[in-house]
Amino acid sequence: MISLTDFLVVGAILFCTGLYMIVSKQNAIQVLIGIELMLNAAILNLVAFGKYDRMDNGGQMFSLFAIVLAAATTAVALAIILNVYKRFKTIDPGQVDNLGD
Amino acid sequence: MSLIQILFYVMAFIVVASALFVAATKNLVRSIFMFFITLFALAGLYVLSLADFVAITQIVIYVGGILVLILFAFMLSGKETLNAIGELKERFINVNKLPALLLAGLFLVVLVIVIFRIDTDNLAWIKKAQVTNNLILPASATTENIGVNLMTKYLLPFEAISVLLMIALIGAAHLSRKERES
Repeated sequence: MISLTDFLVVGAILFCTGLYMIVSKQNAIQVLIGIELMLNAAILNLVAFGKYDRMDNGGQMFSLFAIVLAAATTAVALAIILNVYKRFKTIDPGQVDNLGD
Repeated sequence: MSLIQILFYVMAFIVVASALFVAATKNLVRSIFMFFITLFALAGLYVLSLADFVAITQIVIYVGGILVLILFAFMLSGKETLNAIGELKERFINVNKLPALLLAGLFLVVLVIVIFRIDTDNLAWIKKAQVTNNLILPASATTENIGVNLMTKYLLPFEAISVLLMIALIGAAHLSRKERES
C-alpha cells in the first residue's frame, strides 16, 4: 500500500506552490488559484488521514466541508475582483491601496 | 512495486508538474486550463486514498463549478477586461519573485523535514486504528456511512455550512449586480 508520508509530501509540494503563487503573482485571479492550490493540499492531507477513521469518517467529512467552503470563497472573491477592476481598471493587488494611505 | 503504487506515482507526478506549470506560466488562460488537470489528478489521488465520494465531489464542485465560474467571470466580462486581465508583464527574471521563491522553497524544506521526522505511519492513533480494524479497506463502501454520519454526528457543521453558503451566494449576487443610475 501507499504510505501516508507520500501523500503528505505531495501535499507539502502543492502547498508551497500555492504559497509561491500568492506571494509573487501580480494578478488577483492567479492569487485566487494559489489559494485554491493551498486548499487542495489541505484536503489531500485530510483525505489521506481519513483512511484510518472508518467509523466516524472525520477526514472525508471535513474535506467535503472544505470543498464547499472553497466554492463560497471563489464566488465572493470573483465578484470582488470584477468590482475592483470596474473601479480601478487594474487587478494588481499591489496597486489597489487607496485605503492604505 | 505494485500497480497501485505505480498509479500513485503517475498521479503525483501529474499533480506536481501541472501545479508547477500553473505557477510558472505567463499566460493566464493557459494556467487556468492547466489547473483543470491538477484538479483531475488530485481526484485520482483521492480515489487511491480510498475516498471515492470525496473524489466525485471534487470533480463535480471544483472542476464543474469553481473552475467554470472562474472561466465565465473571466471570459464573459467584456473584451477590454479580457485584454487587461490576460496580459501579464513580460519580464524574464522578476526581482520580487526571488524572495517569494526563497520563501516557498524554505517552507517546503521545513515541511518535508517535519513530515519525515514525525514518521506518520507509526503514530499511536494510526496503530490503534489498524489494531481495532477501523481503517477503510478497498472493498468497503463508505458513501452510505458518510450519509449516516452527515445526518447524525456532523449535523451542526452541516447546517452551519449550509447557512454560510447561502450567505456567500447572496453576497456574491449583491456584489456583482449592476449599479442603478439614479
